[in-house]
Amino acid sequence: MTDAAHAHGHDDHSHGDHGHHAPPSGMMRWLTTTNHKDIGSLYLWFSLIMLFTAGSMALLIRAELFQPGLQLTNPDFFNQLTTMHGLIMIFGVIMPAFSGFANWQIPLMLGAPDMAFPRMNNWAFWILPVAGVLLMGSFLLPGGAVAGGWTMYPPLFIQGGISYDLTILAVHIMGLSSIMGSINIITTILNMRAPGLTLMKMPLFCWTWLITAYLLIATMPVLAGAVTMLLTDRNFGTSFFNAAGGGDPVMFQHIFWFFAHPEVYILILPAFGIVSSIIPTFARKPLFGYASMVYATASIAILSFIVWAHHMFSVGMPAAAQLFFMFSTMLIAVPTGVKVFNWVATMWKGSMTFETPMLFAIAFVCLFTIGGFSGLVLAIAPVDIQLHDTYYVVAHFHYVLVSGALFSIFAGIYYWLPKWSGHMYDETLGKWHFWLSVIGMNIVFFPMHFLGLAGMPRRIPDYALQFTEFNQIATVGAFIFGFSQLIFLVVVLKAARGGVKATDRVWEGAEGLEWTLPSPAPYHTFETAPVVK
Amino acid sequence: MSAGNAKTLGKLVVVTLLMFGFGFALVPFYYKICEATGINSGAEQSLVKNTQIDTRRWVTLEFDANTNTSLPWRFKPLQTRLKVHPGQLVQVEYEVINNSDHAIVGQAVPSYGPARAAAFFKKIECFCFTPQTLAAGERRRMPVLFVLDHAMDPEVHTVTLSYTFFDMAPKAAASGLRNLMPHG
Ligand code: HEM
Ligand SMILES: [Cu+2]
Repeated sequence: MTDAAHAHGHDDHSHGDHGHHAPPSGMMRWLTTTNHKDIGSLYLWFSLIMLFTAGSMALLIRAELFQPGLQLTNPDFFNQLTTMHGLIMIFGVIMPAFSGFANWQIPLMLGAPDMAFPRMNNWAFWILPVAGVLLMGSFLLPGGAVAGGWTMYPPLFIQGGISYDLTILAVHIMGLSSIMGSINIITTILNMRAPGLTLMKMPLFCWTWLITAYLLIATMPVLAGAVTMLLTDRNFGTSFFNAAGGGDPVMFQHIFWFFAHPEVYILILPAFGIVSSIIPTFARKPLFGYASMVYATASIAILSFIVWAHHMFSVGMPAAAQLFFMFSTMLIAVPTGVKVFNWVATMWKGSMTFETPMLFAIAFVCLFTIGGFSGLVLAIAPVDIQLHDTYYVVAHFHYVLVSGALFSIFAGIYYWLPKWSGHMYDETLGKWHFWLSVIGMNIVFFPMHFLGLAGMPRRIPDYALQFTEFNQIATVGAFIFGFSQLIFLVVVLKAARGGVKATDRVWEGAEGLEWTLPSPAPYHTFETAPVVK
Repeated sequence: MSAGNAKTLGKLVVVTLLMFGFGFALVPFYYKICEATGINSGAEQSLVKNTQIDTRRWVTLEFDANTNTSLPWRFKPLQTRLKVHPGQLVQVEYEVINNSDHAIVGQAVPSYGPARAAAFFKKIECFCFTPQTLAAGERRRMPVLFVLDHAMDPEVHTVTLSYTFFDMAPKAAASGLRNLMPHG
C-alpha cells in the first residue's frame, strides 16, 4: 500500500538492486508503471476509495431505513443507491482489492521478477477508473443512475434511460479488466515459478487465485455476452429478453446466474487463500491438510457451475429441476466444510497469538461459517420460496461478503502491509478497528435474519411498522461499522508514512519467499530466481 | 515476452472468446431444453384438447388491458369479469383506439395470473396472434375465443388474463435481426 517511490528513498536498509531503473516521477510514474508492486498499490488504493464511496451509499440507505416512511430519499433514488452500492462493492471494491493482493504477492510468493505481461497489467488497472467514472457520473444524468438492481434484470434494464447504457459499458470494461488480470495471473503462476517450486508446493494463496482466474475467464465473457444482449435489446431492436418481440426475461436470469454464482466464489476463493496464509503464521503450525485445501478449492469452483438456479427457485421450474439445484447447492457445503475444518485444525494445539491480522482471520472463520449456514437454509427450495427477496438473503450475503471477503482483505492488509511499506502498523488502533468492525458488523446484519424471517422484503425504502425496532438496531450498527473504517484509513496512512521499522521476517511464524526479502520489499525483486529446495 | 508466455496467452484468449460465444449460445440452448422437456411450451397453450365442461365448478375470469408507455393507444376489455365453468367455450371482446395522427402497428402480449393457470388457458382465436395495424384515429373491436381446460387445478378460483400492447415500429425496422431469434 505504500508509495514505493518513498520506500525507495530509504537507503539505510537498501538492498543490492535498489539504484537502477529509477521510475519516472509524479503522475506519469503511476500512469505508465508496469511494476507489479506499483500496480498492486494502485488496485488497493482504488479499492479503498471505492469502499468509502459505496459505503457512504450504504449509510444513506440505512439512514433512510431508520424509520418507516420516506425521510431522506424518494423510492427511485433509494433504488439507485442499492443498485450502485451493490455494483461498486462487488466490481469496485472486493475484486480490485483481491487483484491488488495478487499483483503484490504472487510474484513475491513465486520468486518471479514481475507479472508475465506487465504492459497488459497496466492497462487492466487503468481502465478500471474509467468504468468508475461512467458509473458514478450516471448519478448526474437525467433520470439518475441505474435503479434496476445489481443483477440487471430485464424488463427494468431494457426500459431505463441513458445511464443504463453507460452502466452496461462500465460492466464491459470491468469485465475486460478482470479478464486481462486473470490471463496475467494464470500465465505468471504456470510459467514463472522459481525452480523447484512445484504447483503442489505453492502457497495456497497462489492456488486459490489460479482457480479464481480460471473462473473469471470462464464466466466474465458470459456476463459480457448477457449485457451485450441487453444492449442490443435496448438499442438495436433484438428481442433476446424483450417479451414484446418474443424474447424471455427469465432467459436473462439463467444466463446471468450462470455467471453470477461462480462470481460469488470469485469473491471468496482469494479470501480463503489469504486466511490460509495468516492462520498458520499465528498458530505457528503448518497449514493442516494442504492437499485437501487445493482439491476443495477446485471442487468448489467446478460445482459452482451447476447450481445457478438456486437464485431462481421462485420464478417457477419443474420439481425435478428444483431438487437438482437444491442438492447440488448443498453439495458445495461439503468442500467448504473441509476448509473450515482445516483452519480450525491448524489452530488446534497451536501456540497462538492474536495480532490484528489473526483476529480478522479468526472472525472470518466464525462469521463466514454463519453465512454458509444461512446459505444452506436458502438452498432448501421450499424454504427459499418464502425467504427469496427478503432481508434473510441480505443477511446471508453480507455475512459471506463483509465478514468473509472484506474481513479477509483487512486481515491481508494488516499482515502484509509491514512487508510492503517497511513499517509496522499501529497495533492499538488495529485492535480498535477490529473490535468495532466485528461488533458493528454483527449489529447491522444479525437482526436482518429475523427481519427476513418475518417477511420484510429487500430493496424497499419504506416498511411496515412492526419492523421498526430491528431496523433501528441495524442502522445504529451500520454507523458504528461505517465510521470505524476511518480508523483503518488512519492506520494505513500512518504505516505508509512511517513508524516502527518492520523486520524482514515481520512475523515470528511467517513462512514463504516473500519474508526472505528486506522490508520494505525493494522496487525490483527476484531478478535472479531463488531456488526452492 | 517469452515464447512460453505468448503461447499461454494465446490459449487463454481463445478460451475467453469461446466463452463469449457460449454466452450467446445459451439462448437457443435453453430454448431447446425447454422444448425437449416440455417446460413453458407456447405451442401447448394454443392447442385445444377435447374438453368436457365441468359444471360442478365455477371460475371467475378477470380481464385487464395495458399499453406500453411508448404507444399512444387506448385499450380496454369490454367486460372486466366473467364467471365460467372450466371446459366451456368463451368469447370476450377488447376494444382499441389509435389516438395518434398516424398509422401504428402494435402487438399484444398476454400474461396470466396465477402463472400456473397459463398452461390451462387454451386460446383458439386471439388478436394477439398477429400484429394489428390501426390507422390514425381508428377504433377496433377484437375477439378472444378460448377454453379454460377442465384439468385446471381446482384450487384456482380466479384467473386474470392481462394483455399489454407494444409498439412494433422498432421491431419492424430490425426484422432482419428478429428472424434470427428463436420464438418461445
Ligand atoms: C455454503 C455456501 C453457500 C450456499 C449454500 C449459498 C446459497 C445461496 C442461495 C440459495 C441464495 C439465493 C437466495 C435467494 O435469492 O432467495 C444465495 C444468495 C446469495 N449468495 Fe450465497 N450461498 C453460499 C455461499 C456464498 C458465498 C461464499 C458468497 C459470496 C462471497 C455468496 C453470495 C451470495 C449473494 C451475493 C447472494 C444474493 C444475490 C442476490 O440476489 O442479489 N453466497 N446464496
Ligand atoms: Cu449462488
